[in-house]
Amino acid sequence: MTTLTKHTSTPRLRSGAPAPRGGLRRFGDLKVALFFIAPAMIGFILFYVVPTIRGIYLSFTEYNILGDPEWVGLDNYTAIAKDPLFWNSLAVTGQYVLMNIALQTALALGLALLMDRVAKSTLVRGALLLPYLMSNVIAALLWFWMLDYQIGVVNQFIEWAGLPRVAFFGSEEWAIPTQALINTWRHMGYTALLIFAGLQAIPQHLYEVAKLDGASPFQTFRKVTMPLLRPVLVLVLVVTVIGSFQVFDTVAVTTQGGPVNATRVIQYYIYQRAFTESDFGYGSAIAVILFLILALVAFIQMKFLKGNESDLD
Amino acid sequence: MTTTTSRAPQPATALRPSTTRRRTFNARRAGAWALLALAIAVSVLPFLWVLRTALSTNGALATQSASLLPADFTLGAFMRVFGLQSPADAVAEGGSGAAIDFWLYLRNSIIFSSITTAGAVFFSAMAAYAFARLRWKGRNAVFSLFLGTMLVPPIFTALPNFLLIKNLDLLNTMLGMVLPYVFMTPFAIFFLRQFFLNMSREVEEAAMLDGAKHLRIFFQIVLPNAAAPIATLALLTFIGQWNEYFWPLLVGSQDDVRVLQVGLGVFKSQSPQGAPDWSGLMAATLVSALPVLILFAAFGKKIVNSIGFSGIK
Repeated sequence: MTTLTKHTSTPRLRSGAPAPRGGLRRFGDLKVALFFIAPAMIGFILFYVVPTIRGIYLSFTEYNILGDPEWVGLDNYTAIAKDPLFWNSLAVTGQYVLMNIALQTALALGLALLMDRVAKSTLVRGALLLPYLMSNVIAALLWFWMLDYQIGVVNQFIEWAGLPRVAFFGSEEWAIPTQALINTWRHMGYTALLIFAGLQAIPQHLYEVAKLDGASPFQTFRKVTMPLLRPVLVLVLVVTVIGSFQVFDTVAVTTQGGPVNATRVIQYYIYQRAFTESDFGYGSAIAVILFLILALVAFIQMKFLKGNESDLD
Repeated sequence: MTTTTSRAPQPATALRPSTTRRRTFNARRAGAWALLALAIAVSVLPFLWVLRTALSTNGALATQSASLLPADFTLGAFMRVFGLQSPADAVAEGGSGAAIDFWLYLRNSIIFSSITTAGAVFFSAMAAYAFARLRWKGRNAVFSLFLGTMLVPPIFTALPNFLLIKNLDLLNTMLGMVLPYVFMTPFAIFFLRQFFLNMSREVEEAAMLDGAKHLRIFFQIVLPNAAAPIATLALLTFIGQWNEYFWPLLVGSQDDVRVLQVGLGVFKSQSPQGAPDWSGLMAATLVSALPVLILFAAFGKKIVNSIGFSGIK
């Protein structure tokens, strides 16, 4: 399972194919390479590079899809700075991200440790992975039904427990936690499997040494497992945070931003501005901000948590 | 080991085997299994609940909201979803009576996912070959650029891509839906490059001395040798494409190209007679999940074992 820890450092460390032997290909394979890379290059330029540039350009324009984009300088950004709906979307998304990190990482770490201890079978791992293979839409609808206020089975249980029914999707205070719970349900097993793979990569003899030294299980966990698991945990954290920031599907099919503004997350707000209100310039500007936030988050996590260095090396 | 310094007596140390220790150990194992079983139940049981609901009648669901068996067993929901029920019957069973044809959406999903998977995997394999097995100037720089696109959030490129597809007059066509995915995915290139890098070079060089051209080497040596990772990649890509929601929602909103995920959202929003058509919705959900469930049943091991590797996705 070394591949897991290698990921982040691959582009930096590996140079690719070994040097040509005996001058077999002294002139390089540029022509052949261009041929092999051509289709991917078309996709790369047309659907990644050009739209990235165009997206940044559009963020400085006013554009309602009919007619041409009109350059307005920083107008969109100054408007966003004063837009309470934008700040609300940022706050709501932030809450969602934090809940996901806390719930998902803790549950997944727990599950991974349990798997490592008692059950390494593919069947167990497969069962835990099942929700991840379902689409967001399916996960959302499944829980939309199970958590229904009137006849949802979860509320049935809550009532049997003698507690008042919960309007999971209908109340402002529950709407975002519910979205986070759905996402946690879908990702829990997957994240656990990632961490599990990291646990498997820790050399067994380290545990034996710790045992001989009389370390308690908790000490072993804190001093051996956690430090060696760090690259994997950082990776998991980055994936969780970046993924959570882009929540859209589950909101779009269940609460559509409501009740009031409780689930109007950033991507849903962008969608509304661009596609419902045909305000492509404004939508693009928020998208640029989201892009910057994500880049910053990834940078900070990699830099300060040193996710690309393993203590095993 | 740093742990040697803190050899404080701990109640849970696994040092001196005794009968009490053994008993607590077993109790802990049992506890671990119980927690794992709970996680598995939470992951898997909702699907059984969906099946149970799909086989129920809407009217009976309200009164028997917690019975484990289908409430008033019927296949009506499935017939409704596939447009086999007359509008009158559908309304009588709590459906909206509006035309909904999941055969069409199923077909569209299969076409969409198959084309994008085939294209992305093949073209990405070609590019990965150029990145891993050919030597050319700027190779690593170009590869880093390709990798960098993984950091761009899909929503950011979705807006300009939508405009491009619109300008090309390809909205609501299958071509417009598959174009952004069909040339490559950064993940696919990264994934396959890893495998191509580790392939032995000898056979390739022998073939080269025999005068074989790169195209022949690619098709007759590289691709067959990488059949297993390519199959895994195709599987993961297909499932990912099957679950795609945002882009098909933007570009394929009309019936004749609408995919299952989008169809599900539309079906959910047709809330007939005040309450949602729960059994119809759950039947539709199950239909949308079924292909992935079948793939998982057939290739579960491949998928589960790929998770450590695909950690970056």
